[in-house]
Amino acid sequence: MSRKFTPKVVTANDLVEGDVVYLTEAGAWTRRHAAAELIEDEARAADRLALAEAQTGTVVGAYLADARPGPHGPEPVHFREAFRSRGPSNYFHGKQAEAANV
Amino acid sequence: MYKYSDFDEAFVRSRVAQFRAQVARRLDGSLTEDEFKPLRLMNGLYLQLHAYMLRVAIPYGTLSSRQMDRLADIADRWDRGYGHFTTRQNIQYNWPKLPDVPDMLEALADVQMHAIQTSGNTIRNVTADHFAGAAADEIADPRPVAELIRQWSTDHPEFQFLPRKFKIAITGSPNDRAVTRAHDIGLRMVERDGVPGFEVVVGGGLGRTPMIGQVIRDFLPREDLLPYLEAIVSVYNLLGRRDNKYKARIKITVHEHGIEAIREKVEARFAELRGGFDGVDQTWLAEIENAFAAPAFRDADPAPYLDARNADPVFRAWSDTNVAAHRHPGYGIVSISLKAHGATPGDASSAQMRVMADLARRYGHDELRVSHEQNIILPHVALADIPAVHAELRQAGLATANIGLVSDIIACPGMDYCALATARSIPVAQQIAERFAELKTEHEIGPLKIKISGCINACGHHHVGHIGILGLDRAGVENYQITLGGDGTEAAAIGERAGPGFAYDQIVPAIERLIGAYLEHRESPEETFLETYRRLGMAPFKAALYPEDAKKETARAA
Repeated sequence: MSRKFTPKVVTANDLVEGDVVYLTEAGAWTRRHAAAELIEDEARAADRLALAEAQTGTVVGAYLADARPGPHGPEPVHFREAFRSRGPSNYFHGKQAEAANV
Repeated sequence: MYKYSDFDEAFVRSRVAQFRAQVARRLDGSLTEDEFKPLRLMNGLYLQLHAYMLRVAIPYGTLSSRQMDRLADIADRWDRGYGHFTTRQNIQYNWPKLPDVPDMLEALADVQMHAIQTSGNTIRNVTADHFAGAAADEIADPRPVAELIRQWSTDHPEFQFLPRKFKIAITGSPNDRAVTRAHDIGLRMVERDGVPGFEVVVGGGLGRTPMIGQVIRDFLPREDLLPYLEAIVSVYNLLGRRDNKYKARIKITVHEHGIEAIREKVEARFAELRGGFDGVDQTWLAEIENAFAAPAFRDADPAPYLDARNADPVFRAWSDTNVAAHRHPGYGIVSISLKAHGATPGDASSAQMRVMADLARRYGHDELRVSHEQNIILPHVALADIPAVHAELRQAGLATANIGLVSDIIACPGMDYCALATARSIPVAQQIAERFAELKTEHEIGPLKIKISGCINACGHHHVGHIGILGLDRAGVENYQITLGGDGTEAAAIGERAGPGFAYDQIVPAIERLIGAYLEHRESPEETFLETYRRLGMAPFKAALYPEDAKKETARAA
């Protein structure tokens, strides 16, 4: 029996700003982890990653990151992804400072 | 200070122009990321966790006030109003946007700075003793040689695709402040029978396989330096492993082949190359040396300095730790701590950069240095002016009296910024500093170097910290390993691992217990942490770190 698939989001960095971005269900890129598409199926994950990787003029370094459902949308599982979704802990910079910028 | 020749100027400008066109081609889709990445890395541009990061070289750590002012302007105009000074005498900007980077490089070129070879498998920024040209214990200023090496290594056609990155450090003093033994090549300026030359050390390095460098030549005459360096790098270029990134540094090449075999090959290659160097490099070196002529020191009465020490305990405490002996009587070397308790090690705001630049202009013969310990130095200040300098530093939040103490921590950016990191470093440094500020014990504890890396690559030099901390990812949780007894000086040593790691919320209490054990066991306040460790070994420190194990041990013995 194959291992149970862990839900994923597709994430990358924006080519121009370098900011962390996530792929939405509509196929657009969002700055918010909670607005990402939570992919629960392995085949769909591969398709979505391929879609992201093809957008070399928009994003850099797309990959699949583990995620889980939360009250407001997908939440990161690993602490690295949690930091990516927030920004650094020493200054109020990055996403945490741009919460209004949805 | 060295001023760019027309050649340097044209070269740096043409690289900016090339990069501007490369960025434009990336943005319009003509270049893929795979094509663009090596080009941006050649110009010091990384893509990190939250943003791009631009790493700018500060060759041999030397800056003029004009250059420091420009670093501040760049921080304000294209970044978030601050910069991060690194353990390799670079400055990193954490938030640039790709389309702005060519303008940033242009602004750097205006003040004779660049980001060339701050990344990639090339010879990186050549680092030097941050007290160079000022230290009382110095044989000779190493910076002219460092500049010669920079010119030789920049765009060197044979060495643009080495098996891995290559780092050279140089010191002109027997007291090694440049960690030369932990570099791919370390150079120590020495004299033999009145003849100046170098002790050449090869194969040092930290990272996942830490090694102390070995002496490949105990005395190399000064004029043979470039052909000998070229011989070492050329032997490494052929022998170094390209099959495994983790075995590609010269330390592994030396380890696998043995220093004898490497020496033999280097000497053979040196014999071939030597004739090709017709002495023109020595003519250049002489010209470069003129540019590094010592400033016109004045003879000022040091009385105001001594009076301030007697009158003001705050000034006295600060000058005890932050002022070092200068080779010219009546002068001192002022270290400006970028380690205010609770601040990010190595960070300076643009306002602070301008204050430091201004102090250098008015009191410091227009010179600043960046140390590998992530502080800024005013190398030449008349003792009489130091009270005024201190007063202005206090106003800017730059008068922390902690050089060489517990809170003068080296920390890499860690997982707050770095894409390679496995755990955070900065908050651990902040919390340790805050804790010991709260305890008010750091002056009692005395000289102690804590160094923190957020991954095995060891940018935070944890292996050579008296106390080293390495942050790892253990099953999805941050975990911190402690090493003890490391030393980055001429008596270089790699720290020994104390035992199992600690969780993020346990690491600061663990450090506190460790230092408590030192205070308990030291023979006198003069015996430093490192000396106590060397005398007693790991046992008492281990007992303090792992009290539960120690209890079990005692129960079993009873």
